[in-house]
Amino acid sequence: MQIDIVSLITIFILAVFVGNEIINKVPPTLHTPLMSGSNAISGIAIVGAILAILVDGGEISKYIGLAALICATINVVGGFLVTDRMLKMFKKK
Amino acid sequence: MEPIQITNILYLFSAIAFILGIKRLSHPKTARSGNLLSSLGMLIAVIATLTYPGKEFDFTLILAGVAIGAVIGLIFATRVQMTEMPQMVAIFNGLGGAASAFVASSEFLSSPNSPFIIVCLSVFIGSLTFTGSFIAFGKLQGFISGRAITFKGQQAINAIIALLSISIILAPGLFFESSIYAGYLNAFYIVIALALLLGIGLTIPIGGADMPVVISLLNSYSGIAAAATGFLINNNALIISGSLVGASGLILTNIMCKGMNRSLANVIFGAVGAETSGGGSEGGKEINIKSYSTTEAAMILDAAEKIIIVPGYGLAVAQAQHVAREVAESLETMGKKVLYAIHPVAGRMPGHMNVLLAEANVSYDVLKDLDEINPEFEDCDVALILGANDVVNPAARHDQSSPIYGMPILNVDKSRTVIINKRSMNPGFAGVQNELFGYDNSIMVFGDAKDMLNDLLKEVKEL
Repeated sequence: MQIDIVSLITIFILAVFVGNEIINKVPPTLHTPLMSGSNAISGIAIVGAILAILVDGGEISKYIGLAALICATINVVGGFLVTDRMLKMFKKK
Repeated sequence: MEPIQITNILYLFSAIAFILGIKRLSHPKTARSGNLLSSLGMLIAVIATLTYPGKEFDFTLILAGVAIGAVIGLIFATRVQMTEMPQMVAIFNGLGGAASAFVASSEFLSSPNSPFIIVCLSVFIGSLTFTGSFIAFGKLQGFISGRAITFKGQQAINAIIALLSISIILAPGLFFESSIYAGYLNAFYIVIALALLLGIGLTIPIGGADMPVVISLLNSYSGIAAAATGFLINNNALIISGSLVGASGLILTNIMCKGMNRSLANVIFGAVGAETSGGGSEGGKEINIKSYSTTEAAMILDAAEKIIIVPGYGLAVAQAQHVAREVAESLETMGKKVLYAIHPVAGRMPGHMNVLLAEANVSYDVLKDLDEINPEFEDCDVALILGANDVVNPAARHDQSSPIYGMPILNVDKSRTVIINKRSMNPGFAGVQNELFGYDNSIMVFGDAKDMLNDLLKEVKEL
């Protein structure tokens, strides 16, 4: 697969700008859920982990992929659940 | 349409879900649905990956990995106490960094022709995030000293490690037999080892009060590591999500630094909060404090009309958020106005106090941030300080020799009376004695926040 580094950098820069726009609007009250929620999103490495676990891949890289998968899944599942647990508590009387 | 295009369109959907999900976090009413949307985005990304064209996956192993990870994540997420949330976030950051580093390593070991600089960048940031986060976790959990740990030449060592890593990443040929895979492999292992060391070296000198900055920064790193890995495996989902998280962490880091009026460099290299012997600006100054009982404190509160509660890390340590809310409610039923003042760096991570008080069922609209609450102290009868210290130290406004000089603080001293609850007279995490305690309008009520508030609750109810 031909890697087009310029389009990848374009995507990266634009995503940083989008991130800046939306995150600046998050109020201080929700900074902890923002952090744990965005942390769960960084568990997107789960995608890379799955792609590393191939039948025809080498044994070593396969098991390193498994380690990545376990870490990333903890991050994703734990991150989203704990964020939800927190957000459930934010109430206005 | 080619199958790979369908995969990429699904990745686009998941990116949109993440962006809209974070956008909905801008209000407590929509926040929960936003988080749900983000998790849906993750599900789409996983499904898209499992159907990736031209790849033959080892599904047994994948299922096993997901099952193990999901169970551990579930246990963590449901068992953790709200007061331990900073530790939890630190662990998750560390695992995110580790995951990215593992993915990049796996890629490098299976296809040695991968661009070496990107491989190294990704394992470097990922490994540094991993050890940095676990040191932060250890400090927050009390496994290692929460104070800044410093020694001579510490920064020189960190600088050498960083420079060495950069040179190996940029020019492995200078150090090892160039263009031979074995040489690159050695360079790769050394880069990992150096990054793991640097993560420890950079986090260990950071004191407890600076933790909010470090946690946000590590959060950012975990995103950048994912984005770097995205470049390596040519995957849009990783690049977009990683950059979003990277940006989010950097913005929070910036907000936290502003909250302390310090530069990021000063937080990372300043080592504020180290054990200092004698020194310090207030070292020689005697302050006379007035120690009151809870009965007397209750009588002062009885005469007050407007009360502002200032929570700090001490409240979290004592798990006193629930009883604090009960005291506030009793005072409200007596017709008094009660507000909460939340300093941006109160606690050990951004928004720490807000989460604790939300857990205790305090309505989020009575939690006021610095700019909103400071004018309120002018006509406030009692400021009740629960386990906060440096964020209410008036020295930050006028004492140029104080390490916290210039930090925006809550102007509690403008209130008619300041009631300060503290365990003892130990200085705060910045290691600075608080001159507020000696002010004419300040009174101290010593004791554990939870015990003190329980006593106070009884007294207030008897009024």
